[in-house]
Amino acid sequence: MNLRASQFKANARIAAQDTGLRSKVKKATGTALTKRKQTVDELPEWESLRQQGHDIRKEVVDNIDRYLRSFTDAARLNGAIVHHANEHNDATKIIYDIIRRVSANSVVKSKSMITEELHLNRMLEENGIRVIETDLGEYIIQLAGETPSHITAPALHKSKEDIARLFQEKLNISYTDDPAVLTAVVRKRLRDEFLNTRVGISGVNFACADTGTITIIENEANARLCTVLPEVHIAVMSIEKIIPSFDDLSLFLKLLSCSASGQRMTSYVSMINGPRSSHNPDGPRQLHVVILDGGRRQLAKHPAWKEALYCIRCGACLNVCPVYQSVGGHVYGSVYPGPIGSVLTPTLFDMKEAQDLPFASSLCGACTDICPVKIDLHHHLLWERREVVDRGYKSFTEKIAMAVWRWMMLSAGRVEFAGRLGWLIQKVFGKNIPAPGWTPRRRFPALARRSFRSIMKREKNNDG
Amino acid sequence: MTLLRILGCDPQYDPRQTCCGQPAFNAGYHTDARLVAEHFVEVFKDAEEIVSLSGSCATMVKVFYPQMELTGALSETVGGITSKTFEITDYIVNQLGVTDLGLTYTGRVAYHDSCHIMRELRIVDEPRKLLRSVKGIELIELDLADRCCGFGGLFATKFPDISVAMGEEKLESIQRAKVDLVVGCDNSCLMHLQGLADKRGVNLKTKHIIEFLGDLIK
Repeated sequence: MNLRASQFKANARIAAQDTGLRSKVKKATGTALTKRKQTVDELPEWESLRQQGHDIRKEVVDNIDRYLRSFTDAARLNGAIVHHANEHNDATKIIYDIIRRVSANSVVKSKSMITEELHLNRMLEENGIRVIETDLGEYIIQLAGETPSHITAPALHKSKEDIARLFQEKLNISYTDDPAVLTAVVRKRLRDEFLNTRVGISGVNFACADTGTITIIENEANARLCTVLPEVHIAVMSIEKIIPSFDDLSLFLKLLSCSASGQRMTSYVSMINGPRSSHNPDGPRQLHVVILDGGRRQLAKHPAWKEALYCIRCGACLNVCPVYQSVGGHVYGSVYPGPIGSVLTPTLFDMKEAQDLPFASSLCGACTDICPVKIDLHHHLLWERREVVDRGYKSFTEKIAMAVWRWMMLSAGRVEFAGRLGWLIQKVFGKNIPAPGWTPRRRFPALARRSFRSIMKREKNNDG
Repeated sequence: MTLLRILGCDPQYDPRQTCCGQPAFNAGYHTDARLVAEHFVEVFKDAEEIVSLSGSCATMVKVFYPQMELTGALSETVGGITSKTFEITDYIVNQLGVTDLGLTYTGRVAYHDSCHIMRELRIVDEPRKLLRSVKGIELIELDLADRCCGFGGLFATKFPDISVAMGEEKLESIQRAKVDLVVGCDNSCLMHLQGLADKRGVNLKTKHIIEFLGDLIK
């Protein structure tokens, strides 16, 4: 498969028929949804929390420059070295330079979507730096040479049997599909890496503008080890990860962990306020914070599309999306799959390349209902469809078909005629005349001989 | 029509009507959608109340018309159109205040929530109230009740494989419920599910809620 957004249609077609994949994705997303529901049902204030979350995220995106300045100042005051990167290449270069400066040839890394967006691993490895993913899911897909298929659960498309076979082949261990044993194998291997690697790279879940605190949540403690043990910690984030105040953190931690995994709080919450210092002897010698714009400041100016920047990357919209459940994450051909990916990929990256994504939805709206910061996801897809059409990306045939449809719908007589013609065609050729896109796997309903319109007309004439 | 007359209404049918414009709107063709929507507004502007047998078409009028840039005098009219348009079960239960039609039916029936009526119009209980009022009916909740059937308008033909995969999940949920009949408020979802069941040789009967209730009157 050529995993590009432009190939969505072809790839989704193959994936939708892969019942093995479908059942794995369905199982994993189903578990996450059940847990989420249990926790949310215990929180009667959930709807008001969502609204608060939405309002605060809007405030940040509307005033992104101010909050960015404030965070930068606060973080610098804490002793962090803050770098701003306009383009993706700038960010990867900054990170590479930090690693070279301390003459490290390997890094331990915790899960981070922004480093996926930067294609950081590929770039570092091309430059001779070994990258050790330490999140279990990331470790698995790194071993398999794949990319994450989900925002919070990167190896969601793999069953425990898949992982057992992978470990057997790549790690030379005897086959076992006992998750505890498999986890222990990775744990043992990673322990040495944590102790012997001099640079740790992490993402950031939230960055508080008032205190300069960066917060990372997780369940495996690998991010804690990545950010505390090595001499140098590089935290990578995009500009919209900022929240106004440390006081907002409790709200967002709740929204994020409930939505992602149904936990009221994740097992580990690291709040990092700077590197080692005289009054704080723990932690790395240097803390670098690399902040990527990557087209976001531009997007923040758009009256409608800026909403996609409110996202806190919980992955709930992926879990609940029946399209995602049917095809998994890889076919989207984007770092961000599922509903938020279909909204964000065309507007943040490339609308022409990703033009099919806004259409890859039945517009059921389950994503909008589950979003913890109330992004109007499925309506965004509608508005982006309009943009795709307005930019002229659609085929000539489709444009003509739409014009013919319009011509018909502007006259009841023409609709009536088409209905009768349809009935006649079914009468002569039978009910199952092939119609591309429909009949290969579904049947047509029988068309009525007389339309409702003509029955009503006749009734009226008889009355009159 | 019979049902509405029994409930004391005087329903009129304007034969000039065609479509609300949703297919083009959802496909991103706003100019085409706007022209058809303007035709709709022109036809219905003098109606006292507008009742729709499709939750999806009612959604188009109530939720999306206000977002469209209709031209001229029609842009003024559209607000009135929006507030006097009702999905039929919403109309019967909330406008007419009727929840018991005094009908009888014996059998296991599942109600299919179409996404537009459920998530855009938030009509969830109204059809269930009407169905529950039927004596002898066993109304079954599907285990995947709030999950889309996969129709989604042109989505069903643009991405038939995803659409069918979603439909299969729904069909399995229906089969697990062991019902005689699936009733819904949008014929398009039912057409998709029925078409899929027929092709696979699965025994499934679907009916629009008004057709179902209307047949019980006769």
